Amino acid sequence: MNRITARLAGLQEKKEKALALFITAGFPNLHDTPSIILEAENGGADLVEIGMPFSDPLADGPVIQHSSARALRNGVTLKHIFRQAGELRRHSEIPIILMGYMNPILSYGLERFLAHAGESGVDGLILPEVPLEETPRFASQIRRHELAQILMVTPTTPLSRQRMIDQASTGFLYCVSATGVTGKRSKHPDFGYVGRVKQRAKKNPVLVGFGIRNREDVRRFSSVSDGVIVGSACIEFLEKNGKRNFGRWVRSLKQA
Amino acid sequence: MTRTHRHAGYHAPDARGYYGAYGGRFVPETLIASLDELEKIFRAAQRDSSFKQEYLSLLHSFAGRPTALTFAERLTRHYKRGRIYLKREDLCHTGAHKINNTIGQVLLAKRAGKTRVVAETGAGQHGVATATVAAKLGLECVVFMGQKDCERQKLNVRRMKMLGATVIPVTAGAATLKDATSEAIRNWVTNVGSTFYVLGSVVGPHPYPLIVRTFQSVIGNETRRQLRKLTGRTPSHLVACVGGGSNSIGMFYPFFADKVTMIGVEGGGKGIRTGKHAATLSKGRPGILHGSMSYVLQDDFGQVLEAHSISAGLDYPGVGPEHSYWKDLKRVTYVSVTDRQAVEAAHRLTRLEGIIPALETAHAIAHLESLMPRTRVDDIVVICLSGRGDKDMDSYAAFADAARRKQ
Repeated sequence: MNRITARLAGLQEKKEKALALFITAGFPNLHDTPSIILEAENGGADLVEIGMPFSDPLADGPVIQHSSARALRNGVTLKHIFRQAGELRRHSEIPIILMGYMNPILSYGLERFLAHAGESGVDGLILPEVPLEETPRFASQIRRHELAQILMVTPTTPLSRQRMIDQASTGFLYCVSATGVTGKRSKHPDFGYVGRVKQRAKKNPVLVGFGIRNREDVRRFSSVSDGVIVGSACIEFLEKNGKRNFGRWVRSLKQA
Repeated sequence: MTRTHRHAGYHAPDARGYYGAYGGRFVPETLIASLDELEKIFRAAQRDSSFKQEYLSLLHSFAGRPTALTFAERLTRHYKRGRIYLKREDLCHTGAHKINNTIGQVLLAKRAGKTRVVAETGAGQHGVATATVAAKLGLECVVFMGQKDCERQKLNVRRMKMLGATVIPVTAGAATLKDATSEAIRNWVTNVGSTFYVLGSVVGPHPYPLIVRTFQSVIGNETRRQLRKLTGRTPSHLVACVGGGSNSIGMFYPFFADKVTMIGVEGGGKGIRTGKHAATLSKGRPGILHGSMSYVLQDDFGQVLEAHSISAGLDYPGVGPEHSYWKDLKRVTYVSVTDRQAVEAAHRLTRLEGIIPALETAHAIAHLESLMPRTRVDDIVVICLSGRGDKDMDSYAAFADAARRKQ
């Protein structure tokens, strides 16, 4: 069984909610990523998303934009990311998901990218620019490499489409908490919407992401779903404090 | 609205918005429902005679169409070869072809019940055209513009503000059109319920390239009628500049099935061998930027490169997907000219024809230097004079100063 599915099933059995973290690869320093993730795992993180930096991250707010730009200045490439994933895999069984934009992947070569991802112990992909209609182009190749392809639903996704996305998604269903880019938002969160997504998702566990920043967010969103994804807030923490106490901070979220 | 042409054997885009291998929709899921709705509204508007009436009436009474087709007598004599005609989009209200599209899209926004429009702009012409129509039709308007472009196109920033638009300078990346476009899309994703994104070129996710092509086709359709009346013929050559590629698509598309040579001219910056240029079709590779598959200027790792051009409107590392398709089909030839060649051509046109062109347009004119010696006296060359140069007076002066200092 894919590590993502196994991990989420295990948590469900224990009636525990999942905590997934997003970390930009090569940030704050080029070689920090594996140790940051191990620290996070010690703090109780259940899954990790490694962000593959891109020059033009359309779906990201300022925090992840800046971390991507910094990582690119540090010289991070897909080759580094696979090496780091491989290193992490030697020390840990935490499910690893790569998240990013298509252009660097196409430039690397899709087949080569998937093969190297599989070999490095990566378990799944999140490609926010690739909507349901474009997934069939990549689906069979992604399956062949035994990678999960995690798709997103958002508050603007019609009901019938939500069902199709749930069916096409593997690993889990990514529920985007509100319209907009990653990072903090001014709007009040709509827990009712998240609850409805959870209710209708027949195939996949539902993890909620975008704008989840603190213990209260974690608690409230987890109560209506199978878990949460924390991204920009992790980057902000690392920006401010470096790796120091990152594990402790993660633990405070996990125990929220 | 101009009639949609169905050329024998040419049916692009397909139902999923593909032009051959290019185009499609590569945007966050949040926008998909909006794009579906936009396509529905656009298709319904095309069938609705009252929409067509309103659009044509605004083109005529507000934008000033039809624009003239001017015989460039002295420029023709200068080259002593084929006859040169200028399609005068510079005579449109606001000074460029951009308003053909913004009238159409802002009418669509109203039809969709949106109260707020956002736009990206490079040279500021699309921003001004959007702000103008938003003022006319009573919608709130927000324009994203790269900080660098705000500086080199100050006049247009002032115009947008006077028109009541909010201009938001974008400092990310190179602070030019690419970054302004990313920021406009992010704003749209965030405010998708109330906001209509008025896209200025034949780029972005489906159906935008189709919508912009449809509204800009008025350029080529008018040219055909006017040239037939003046000469009884169709052109032998069409020349237009290509940034994202909207004025060139508008000129070329209606002539797609004709026996006519089409040439798109990209911004060659300091020269395409220097790496400092905006010649996406000449030097890029297929990839995904701003929602569609197309040629992209990128490094070996698939990171998008900064474009370089003296022209803020051409300073973009992407290009419309249909241009990528036409390049591969070899239906259109894409070339580039340098900043210097463009500026020289602008001065030549100004002295010989009494028209100061926009820097973007000057690139198309510069290509005459290599094209005209190869034409015959009975050829007819039509240039899309996409915009006027008022906004560029500072850039022209700065270029002249820099050239003097070097001597």
